[in-house]
Amino acid sequence: MTDTWIILGASSTIAKAFTRSVAEQGARVILAGRRMDDLAAIAADATARGAPEATPVMFDARDPATFQPIIESANTEGTTIHCAVFVGSMPAQDAIDADPTLLDGVIADSLTGPARFLQMLAPVLQAQGAGMIVGVGSVAGDRGRVGNYVYGAAKAGFATYLSGLRNALGRHGVHVLTVKPGPVDTAMTEGLGPQPFMTTADAVVADIHKALGKKRNTLYTKWIWLPVMTVIKLIPEPIFKKMSI
Amino acid sequence: MTKTTYTGWGRALRAEGTISRPASPVDLSATAPAIGNRRSYGDAPLNDGATVIDMTRMDQIVAFDPATGLITVQSGITLGDLVRVLAPQGWLPAVLPGTGFATVGGAIAMDVHGKNHHHMGSFCENVTAITIVQGDTPRKITPKNTGLWKSTCGGLGQTGIITQATLQLTRTKGDLMLVTEQRATDWDHHIALLDASDAPYTVGWIDATAKGSALGRGIVEEGETCKGLRPTRRAAKKIPFDAPHWALSGPIVKAFNAAYYRRVPKSGRTVVRPIQDFFFPLDKIHDWNRLYGKRGFHQFQCVVPLGQANALRAMMDMIAESSLASPLAVLKRMGPGRAGYLSFPMEGYTLAVDFPNRPQARDLIAQLETATLAAGGRLYLAKDALSTGPALKKMYPDHPKWVANVTKADPQGLLQTDMTRRLELRTLT
Repeated sequence: MTDTWIILGASSTIAKAFTRSVAEQGARVILAGRRMDDLAAIAADATARGAPEATPVMFDARDPATFQPIIESANTEGTTIHCAVFVGSMPAQDAIDADPTLLDGVIADSLTGPARFLQMLAPVLQAQGAGMIVGVGSVAGDRGRVGNYVYGAAKAGFATYLSGLRNALGRHGVHVLTVKPGPVDTAMTEGLGPQPFMTTADAVVADIHKALGKKRNTLYTKWIWLPVMTVIKLIPEPIFKKMSI
Repeated sequence: MTKTTYTGWGRALRAEGTISRPASPVDLSATAPAIGNRRSYGDAPLNDGATVIDMTRMDQIVAFDPATGLITVQSGITLGDLVRVLAPQGWLPAVLPGTGFATVGGAIAMDVHGKNHHHMGSFCENVTAITIVQGDTPRKITPKNTGLWKSTCGGLGQTGIITQATLQLTRTKGDLMLVTEQRATDWDHHIALLDASDAPYTVGWIDATAKGSALGRGIVEEGETCKGLRPTRRAAKKIPFDAPHWALSGPIVKAFNAAYYRRVPKSGRTVVRPIQDFFFPLDKIHDWNRLYGKRGFHQFQCVVPLGQANALRAMMDMIAESSLASPLAVLKRMGPGRAGYLSFPMEGYTLAVDFPNRPQARDLIAQLETATLAAGGRLYLAKDALSTGPALKKMYPDHPKWVANVTKADPQGLLQTDMTRRLELRTLT
């Protein structure tokens, strides 16, 4: 039985590292994203690294018409389907303040798009009675902060969705892992300057595999974000509302 | 963009400037020198007060044909990555230097060599095509573009930004090495063992602290790839902070080397090792350069012609008498293979020794440089941080041809580095 990983948002830095890791273990990969030339290059890389098959497919979180063909292309005999979700977008909060219409896109990219896709995929995984879902949220989803609360709200919604999906699919043998990375050294964070407890895409991916092996439900990576966010969540709202962290 | 202070592997020379890290070669233009993982020891990867382009995000395999062993990769991929991916599929890069953290782009720009140089030649002799960006334009070159090719291979990245290369891989039986280790009791024995070796991979570790009748003693390792069940590989360790300066002082190194020498029984032995442990023994200790403390260290590496083994022995004597050397010292017999005008290899013996960055060590290295020149040998630019332009140009007789090609390829000198400026490599005199 081979493994098939559907990778949503396959052009992102963390997704690329994740694709390599499963390709080197011999998994088939379906690379879903918007930049097809980029995906073709990632597919060639994955094949050279050991994936028996690597297929680029169009996925636009804001266009649900692209969802069904992906599920169909993954669903072949003799394979266990898994899905990893790396989509999301993070325009600066002040850009959203200036143009509130941007908000819909942020919510679609990080919440409604991937959630609707997983909702369509869920029956397939339930029927196979096995499989893993990796959903990447963010520590930003743990509390609404003045700096990026629209992004945070989308990621919070996605984390809650994943928690419910875990509850629904866990009883059918499907494991759902929620990943909450802190700042990761990627193109997305490059312009932000030095960030606290910065980690790398390869380290995040190693943590994800460790967490999948142990069937953990929620993963903070780096681990330091678990105590940090625990403290931040405990700050009473009357005090928190005056802070800008 | 923010300015950072960065160094080469030796950490003795520093630069402050901007490191740009593009993720794709699409919009790349050759306005600043490119760097890889900064495994060169000196100032080859530095550009003080300006910008360097870090290529390590461009690390994809573009195409791989498992039937012929031709692989096209982006230049930021590391050789260790290639070994990990390819060895289980029966292939290896034909030439591997002592660290797997080196990138393909860096390996080309330094035309690196490995433990099989006597059979396979240098790295670039196993490269069939290179894409370089000149100005805004990518250009694919092959050995048929003679002048440009020979100026790019081992050419310190001065002909353009190396973005992609096609390598001819070599077959491996598996991802293990069958390694025979034997003691070389003194200099003559050491040279004799290296001369006699016909193994695919041969290298000598030399005890650079042993004096008198033990001068030149060491361990000669001969390896070939093999197949079998893999011993569990221990996880990499990390040196978490800069060690104090006495960590590698004379008595400690002497004691370590004596123990290391006796690790191999008198009768010799044959062992099986994971392939990475054979090629990249030090990569298991991340950031081992921090053992030398915050002042950093220098590696001296020279090669002298076959007939000059005695000159090398005299240099070894100077090193042993100084008691400055570290445990990391390597002696190897090289073949004639070299691909570029500034490629290091020549048929002869190469010696590499590490020294902590101290005034006495810098003086000693200056003397060794003079001795190398007198012996008709040369220094390795991947390691160099201290030599001088006039001496270096005498060691590389093809330097004028390189200058002519590089001047044409990068007329404005945008790709200059701290090294090319220090040695005034881009000018004839």
